[in-house]
Amino acid sequence: MDLTLVLQGIVSGVLFGGVYSLMAVGLTLIFGVMRVVNFAHGDMMVWGMYLAYLLATGAGVDPYLGFIVCAAVLFALGLLVQRALVDRIIDAPHEMQILLMLGVALVLENVALVAFGPEPTRVRSPLAAATVWLGPVFVDVARLVTFVVAVALTTALWGFLYRTDLGRTIRAAADNTYGALVIGADVRRVYAVAFGVGAACVGAAGALVSSILPFQPPTGLSLSVTSFNIVIIGGMGSLLGAFVGGLLVSLAESLGAVFLKPSLKELFSFSLLIVILLFRPVGLFGKRPS
Amino acid sequence: MRWAVVAALAVLLALPAVLSSYAITIFILIFFYGFLGQAWNIVGGYAGQLSLGHAAFVGVGGYTAAMLSIEKGLTPWAGMFVGALLAALLGAIIGYLGFRFGLRGFYFVLLTVAFAEVCRIAVSNIDAVGGPLGLYITFTGDPRQFQFQDGRPYYYIALALMLAATATAWAIERRRFGVYLAAIREDEAAAEALGVNAFKYKMLAMVVSSFLTGLGGTFYAFYLFSLQPNTLFGIPLSVEIIIRPIVGGAGTLLGPILGSFILTPLGELSRLYLGQGGLPGAHLIAYGVLLVAVVLFLPEGAYPRLRRLLARRGGR
Repeated sequence: MDLTLVLQGIVSGVLFGGVYSLMAVGLTLIFGVMRVVNFAHGDMMVWGMYLAYLLATGAGVDPYLGFIVCAAVLFALGLLVQRALVDRIIDAPHEMQILLMLGVALVLENVALVAFGPEPTRVRSPLAAATVWLGPVFVDVARLVTFVVAVALTTALWGFLYRTDLGRTIRAAADNTYGALVIGADVRRVYAVAFGVGAACVGAAGALVSSILPFQPPTGLSLSVTSFNIVIIGGMGSLLGAFVGGLLVSLAESLGAVFLKPSLKELFSFSLLIVILLFRPVGLFGKRPS
Repeated sequence: MRWAVVAALAVLLALPAVLSSYAITIFILIFFYGFLGQAWNIVGGYAGQLSLGHAAFVGVGGYTAAMLSIEKGLTPWAGMFVGALLAALLGAIIGYLGFRFGLRGFYFVLLTVAFAEVCRIAVSNIDAVGGPLGLYITFTGDPRQFQFQDGRPYYYIALALMLAATATAWAIERRRFGVYLAAIREDEAAAEALGVNAFKYKMLAMVVSSFLTGLGGTFYAFYLFSLQPNTLFGIPLSVEIIIRPIVGGAGTLLGPILGSFILTPLGELSRLYLGQGGLPGAHLIAYGVLLVAVVLFLPEGAYPRLRRLLARRGGR
């Protein structure tokens, strides 16, 4: 096995992992706060990609700037989905919540299919063509920028959750909904904001990878499954777990593509998922459920 | 009620004589998806264990029968039971792991999805079973090879499958087994406190359900003459399997059948009228809206509501 190839796999894996982390942080935030699994997560991300595509082709906005708009639009979408749908079944059994979100996922995916067609699309960005050599390995500039922005956004989200009043209220509601209600927190508003922020994460993540990863409407499903993978491995509801899990899964996929073959790369992360589900269902960084 | 069932059966048995071949195709799909929905209903409805990986059982059943037929010349009439046994084995493995380790809700859903995806990726990468392109079955039109010149035999086979699964569900519902499953679904801890061996009965439900679903795989393979890993093991097929019993009423005997009678024609018609016009996802948008609407407004499904409506009118 060529060592350079392995090194290359590690670099690509870690750089792409930033996006996986951002995506998973959004999912784990939504779950941590309202115990709802967003089955439409990947489809929301694909909408982020298509928005970036529309911005790039319609207004000539580079996705590395457009991601701000995508995040804002997805924030609104998340807020809407939470207020109109999720809020009504917040106390329903998990199965019902999963089915509701599955319905939302089907609608989002297939509206995209009707609107944009089944062909794989990619957004052109001048960054995507540039590479720099770092010793024996080359670094895709687009991946590097994506990684930096994704990590910066995750850090900003961390700052929001730990350093602002609204963020602290969100964490309080995640920790103990009843307690948060008792001290006068507007839990319904917290839920809506958390869902919006979670969706904004994938909106930004989608825009950031839109020039790296060719996408089509069914991509959403596999992205959803990957996000579930990551948050289970990292620990449902744990922000740190989602961040580390994102890097791990991306690294596993990247090395899987090097050592086995590209079509087998997901086998690694699914096997990892099954092992985690069986032996440590709370995940690497999860807390034992009380 | 009994007479209504007998009359409905008589109509269904006589129908092929008057139906067009296109209408027969629709009915075949109604029965087939009704059958898969009913098979899922045993573990997903009665036992309340939401599996989103049932496509894996269709895939294992279908691939086994097809491979045995292509490589060993074994008739699919026998191969379908071999396939179903292997599907039941896979069901037992998934069930054992999930139930032994107490996975519930989302974690169980994800375990089933993960297993189905592992199967899909594995089958796509094994060239001996056709890899990503899948398998194709040569058409001979020989009934001994589960192949028929026109749709009518498939109609009766699909009907028989649906009735067999429904009879199984009925037998479970009437026995202590069914009561245990309902108790586990409603409150597993309370059921266990009363001495119900939840693990054992959930396992049984999973094995019966995956066996039946595996039988369906052979029908799928020898009705369509082709098997692709993405269609036979993919999440979209799992969604097709669960959506009918949920819309019709999960955990009820006639829910999956009612669900299939509502959704299959809806899906086929929108595919026919909108799919050709460049809107291939239209029927799935309808499914999604329907799923959301059912969860919000009719969480128990259509069948229990219909039954109450009929009872109220009968009471007057």
